[in-house]
Amino acid sequence: MSDARRDETLGGFIVHGVPFPIETDPDALAFLKRMTPIQIEQEYSITYLHSYGQDSPWFAGASNKRLLASQDPESGYAYATPRGHDMYSGRETEWIDITDRTATVHAFTVCYFGSEEFLPDTPFVLALIEYEGVNTLFLTRLIGLDHRQASLEWIGREVQPRFLRNSKLKPTDVYFVPT
Amino acid sequence: MRPVYALSGGVSKFAKARPDKTFQAIVKEAYDYAIADLGLDFPTFTKAVDGSVASYFSDHFSRQLMAGIMAQDYLGLVPKPSHRVEGGGATGGLCFQEAWKSIASGHMDVCVAYGFETMSHVETWKGNEFIALASDVSWDYPVGGFYSGYYAMMVTRHMKEYGTTVEQMAAVSVKNHLNAYHNPYAQKRNRYTIDDVRNSPMVAWPLTRLDICVMSDGAAAVIFASEEGIERLAAAGADITQPLVKVTGIGRGTDAMRMGDRPHVDYESFISDYATEQERDSDDTRAYYRELWERGTRYPGVHSFRAGRTAGNMAYAQAGISDPLAELDFVELHDAYTSSEVQTYEDLGLCRYGEGGPFAASGKAFMPGIDYGLDLTDDPVCPVNPSGGLIACGHPVGATGLMQGVFAVWQLQNTIGKHFGDDTLQVADARRGAIHSHAGTGTYVSVSILEKEGN
Repeated sequence: MSDARRDETLGGFIVHGVPFPIETDPDALAFLKRMTPIQIEQEYSITYLHSYGQDSPWFAGASNKRLLASQDPESGYAYATPRGHDMYSGRETEWIDITDRTATVHAFTVCYFGSEEFLPDTPFVLALIEYEGVNTLFLTRLIGLDHRQASLEWIGREVQPRFLRNSKLKPTDVYFVPT
Repeated sequence: MRPVYALSGGVSKFAKARPDKTFQAIVKEAYDYAIADLGLDFPTFTKAVDGSVASYFSDHFSRQLMAGIMAQDYLGLVPKPSHRVEGGGATGGLCFQEAWKSIASGHMDVCVAYGFETMSHVETWKGNEFIALASDVSWDYPVGGFYSGYYAMMVTRHMKEYGTTVEQMAAVSVKNHLNAYHNPYAQKRNRYTIDDVRNSPMVAWPLTRLDICVMSDGAAAVIFASEEGIERLAAAGADITQPLVKVTGIGRGTDAMRMGDRPHVDYESFISDYATEQERDSDDTRAYYRELWERGTRYPGVHSFRAGRTAGNMAYAQAGISDPLAELDFVELHDAYTSSEVQTYEDLGLCRYGEGGPFAASGKAFMPGIDYGLDLTDDPVCPVNPSGGLIACGHPVGATGLMQGVFAVWQLQNTIGKHFGDDTLQVADARRGAIHSHAGTGTYVSVSILEKEGN
C-alpha cells in the first residue's frame, strides 16, 4: 500500500467491555456528553418469493430462447419490456415474438462501479436496445465490445440477442452482442 | 387557496457520517435552528405550530419503519397531526409542497416540514443497491441496478442527439463545488478544474466521481404559515423576517418507472403538450425544434425529463412566469449528476432542448463575483445551485429538497450572509427563485416558486 487510501469496510474487532467511569459522580456523568458514539453491526437478510405475475411468459420465452414483447392489439403500440396493459388505451396487450427483428443500441454506459450485488461483474456494459417496430426500449447487458474503447459510435450499432444456455429466470437470461 | 409563506428554515451540517447523533437528534438541529431564527423558544413554537409533514426516502438505510413518528415524538410534536411523504429523490420537494397544501387548504395555519436521511449506516456499494431498488426489481434492477449507470445511459443519448460534451458537464461540477466553498453546510467544498473532474475515477462512462453527488447524513426543516399563522406567531413573540417570502407556484410531474418505457413523441405533440409558453410563442424556437425533429429527435426518450418539464410548466403557470431565465433570479435544482443538471436546464426552460451543454459552459448559470478559473463566454444571468447543489452539499435524500427550500428562503430574505457567515453566495436583489426536486430516473419531479413579497 503506497499513498493509495485503503477502502473502508464496516467490519471491526469485537470488544468485550466498554470504557465507562468507575464512579458515576456528577463530573463523570457530565463527561458522558463528550463520549464518542458506540456503533454496532446489525445483520439483515431476507429471502423473497417474487412473482413475475402477468409478465411470466416473457421469462418462459427467454428460457426457450425466444424474445417476447407485448403490444396493444388495436393500435399496435409495442413494448420491448412487456406490460400487461397498454398505457394509452388501457387494453390488455397481446404477446409478440421479436427475437429475429433488427435491434440497435439506443444508449449505453460502462459501469466501473455498482451496487454490491453487481460489483463482481464490473466493468460491464449496460445498454438500452431499440427494436424495429417496437415503441419502447429494452434494458440489457451488452457483451463482446471492449469497454476500454467506449464510444458514442456504439449508439446505432446493430446487435442481436443471445440467451443463457441455462436459464436463471431473470431478465439477464437474454443479453446482446454486436452482429 | 390561501397565500402560503415560508418563514424560516434550518439545515444540519451535511456530512458523510453523523454517528454522533441518531436521526431524530439530527432533525432537531435543523428544527431548532428554524425556530431560533423566528426568535421563538422551543415550548412557544410547540404551542403555536399546528402540525408537520415528515420526509425520508428509505426505510432500508435506517432499518427502521415509521421513523417519521420517531422524529415527531423527539421534536415534542405529538399529538399534533403529521404524515410521512416518500417519493424517491423528490421526497423533500414533495414534502415542501405537502406542507404548502396544509396551509393553502386552510387545514393548518402553521406547519413545519422536516426531512432527513442517514445513509452512512451501510457501505457505499450497499447504499447504491438500496437506491437501485428504486428501479423495477423485475426488469431493471437485476440487469445491473445502479443509478449512476442509468444516468450515464441517458447522457450518452443526450451527447449523441445534441453534441453535449463531457467538458460542458464538468463545468457544472467546477461551478457547484466552488459555490459550496462558501457554504458552511456543504459536504464537499473544493476548487476543481475541468481536468480534475475528467481525471477523477470513472464510475459509469462518461460520468466520473466528480460528476456525481455523494451519499450523506443530514436533515432540514422549513416553517410555513398562513397570514393568520403569521399573526399567531407574531403574537407569541416571533420576529418575522420582512419582506415575507411567499410560495407562489407549485408543480409536479411523473413519468414511467422504467425509462425505456417512455414515449418518443412527434413534433406536433411536443409543441402542443410539452413546450413552454415561451417556446410555443417563438417562431425561431418552433423552427429550431422542427429541425431537431427532422434530424430524428423524439421526446422525451431517455435524454429528457418529461416529468420535470411538466412540473416546471405547471409551477410557472401558477406563478405567472413565461420566460424562466429572465424571470427567475436563481434556481436550486436537483443535480444528482452534472448531466442531470444539464438536462434540467432544458426541462425548466432555462434554455431549449439540445442547448443544455453550451448553456452549462456559458457562464449564465454561474454566480457573479466568483473566479471559477474557466473561460466563460457570458455573464451570469440566473445562478443555478448557488448553494453548491447536491453535487457539493451532499444528498441525504429526504432532506435534500427541503435544504433547497431553506437556501431559497434565505436568498429571498437576503440573509445568506447571516446564515453562511459569508455573503459571497447571496444573489443580489433576489426577488424570485425556483427549487426543483427529482426522483428516480425522472419519475417524480416537483418545482416550487418562491418570491419576496412585494416583488
